[in-house]
Amino acid sequence: MGKRVSLFVTCMVDQLFPKVGMAMAGVLERLGYEIDFPEDQTCCGQPAFNSGYREEARAAARHFLKVFEACEQIVAPSGSCTSMVTHHFAELFHKEPETLARVHALEKRVWEFSSFLTEVAGVEDVGARFEEVVTFHDGCHALRELGIRSAPRRLLAKVRGLELREMVPAEECCGFGGTFSVKFAELSGAMARTKIEAIVKTGANTVVSLDPSCLMQIQGALSRAGSGIRTMHLAEVLASR
Amino acid sequence: MSGEFDQKIHQTLEDANLQLAIYTATGRLKERRIEVVASEALPDYQELRTQANALKKHAIENLDYYLEEFERNVTAHGGKVVYCKDATEVSDFVLSLAREKGSRLIVKSKSMTTEEVDLNERLEHHGLESVETDLGEYILQLAHEKPYHIVAPALHKTRYDVADIFEKNLHVPRETVVEKQTAIARAVLRQKFLEADIGISGANFLVADSGAVVIIENEGNARLTTTAPKIHIAVAGIEKVIPRAQDVATFLKLLARSATGQLLSVYASFLSGPRRPGEVDGPEEFYVVLVDNGRTKLLPDKAKRQSLYCIRCGACLNTCPVYRKIGGHSFPWVYSGPIGAIITPQFMGVSHEPGLPFASSLCGACGEVCPVKIDIPKVLLDLRSDVKKTETREKQNRLEKLAFKAFAWVVTHPRIYEFLGRVASSMAPSGNGGWIRSVPPPMNLAPVRAWLSQRDLPPPPSKSFREMWRRR
Repeated sequence: MGKRVSLFVTCMVDQLFPKVGMAMAGVLERLGYEIDFPEDQTCCGQPAFNSGYREEARAAARHFLKVFEACEQIVAPSGSCTSMVTHHFAELFHKEPETLARVHALEKRVWEFSSFLTEVAGVEDVGARFEEVVTFHDGCHALRELGIRSAPRRLLAKVRGLELREMVPAEECCGFGGTFSVKFAELSGAMARTKIEAIVKTGANTVVSLDPSCLMQIQGALSRAGSGIRTMHLAEVLASR
Repeated sequence: MSGEFDQKIHQTLEDANLQLAIYTATGRLKERRIEVVASEALPDYQELRTQANALKKHAIENLDYYLEEFERNVTAHGGKVVYCKDATEVSDFVLSLAREKGSRLIVKSKSMTTEEVDLNERLEHHGLESVETDLGEYILQLAHEKPYHIVAPALHKTRYDVADIFEKNLHVPRETVVEKQTAIARAVLRQKFLEADIGISGANFLVADSGAVVIIENEGNARLTTTAPKIHIAVAGIEKVIPRAQDVATFLKLLARSATGQLLSVYASFLSGPRRPGEVDGPEEFYVVLVDNGRTKLLPDKAKRQSLYCIRCGACLNTCPVYRKIGGHSFPWVYSGPIGAIITPQFMGVSHEPGLPFASSLCGACGEVCPVKIDIPKVLLDLRSDVKKTETREKQNRLEKLAFKAFAWVVTHPRIYEFLGRVASSMAPSGNGGWIRSVPPPMNLAPVRAWLSQRDLPPPPSKSFREMWRRR
């Protein structure tokens, strides 16, 4: 009855934040999903694509297609990597009709974690308890490319003991931007510090987001500023009980 | 990326007063826009955007047809259309006309196109006096600066800066009250309007079916510029043409709201030709200078030519987290912000400033607020690819190219990917429970150092996800 789901954990979660992947798997298992982790997965290719290296991005995208093509539903703990697959893969193969058809067949089955929960699994209350004051940062690609705004907030609203305090503005970029964060490091850092000011003003002790990359930028800047505020992926919050 | 671009960004970020001025001014414009386009205030906002996009798309795809129709109608009303391919042709035309008529003084209303072709500088070089009459532009002309922002050119100047500029250049007592500063400028400019031989304006829209030049403004100076002197020259990019007079309504609803958060701008002038027999005012001669200056280069590419839809509202600047940090003068040309980042490389060539399309976190806020729905992030991505295709011999670039070749190989070889991941994390410092502040050689590569110049790095986990998954 289709209760099987494949994880695309993303290279960042695989290599740097494995707990996020474990938390995501835990939540999905609790909801009765049978979990599959295709071991040959690596990276969606976004770093190359965003840096102007289309040929290299195409190689990564082709690999992704090969690895995930047979999967029924694919869930990723990242709006940005999901959007790379669902919104940009097609662009890479506009001159290859056959590959393009495969991309279009796949992209409908790739989901960002929070929208998978609300739209596919059809749940808002996953039975989590997290007694903290939380603020939510909208990742730009989740928000503007995938149009995800309410799903994570609805999920957070059902977490027992959690108080959500919106930062103003929640939707302004944290300044990560992939290679932008090192190509224009000073500018990227300045953007992160502006984001942090908005976070601090809420009085929250935890920043939650859908993207490990935003969280790395925000936590990196919080840590540098000596702040005790911590960052958590939505999956980690939803896995708490 | 050139040193100059980086240097200007650095200087702007270091200047605390400037940071505050930019952030406050753009924040105000941004907030006002959000209020007036909210669904309660303008229920059909998204439909208007779709309509505006369709109109622009149609006009650009049929540019030759509408330019000819526009020209026919201007000519029928007694005006003259002049085509100029570049900056030199624009200034040559104005100079020869000024010589022929014995003109000496020119008044100008706001026009980004004339900024683009350095018209003032070129005219002054040939002994003509060309005076900007938009208050912000006038302040900047006195200060010998280019506009900081498409709509609010002097956005970075405080009233104290203006007081200094007026005192030094107009030899008036130092005045810091804004209303009084305006009165000072007005007194000077009124006299210029009365004495000027030629008025040069820009154009917001060129209406093909009526041959009208439409100018939107708040100060009334464009109305004076275009009607008081005997000669009016409107300078406009060829992409400003729209099919029908009724189409203006769609754009009017969007332009002021997107630009300044006004429901309508104060003045909307429809100028179609010189004074007719029996009319009491208006110029005796009416010229429309249509400027290419690189625009036609954009036409063959379906994705990129949408850059020509821009109506110069500046909304993308106000909402852009990058513009709000680095301001207008960091940008390598007169157009700043997201729209500047996509049209500069296309008008001037990508090598003009190869770093420009990369100076974006690709957050997409610009595309979201664009009233004509230009997909700015998409064009930025295409330009990034263009930069990489055209620049292969630079040293830094070779290293990066090699790195991405390696990336492509590693991510298509899962065992190698896993192995390298394990090596990297075994070599990284542990962080002693916290995040990492510094990394010793050989892991302190340039990107790592750049990251650490601003932020800490996460400590490497003891196992990757795939290792954890296998062992669970």
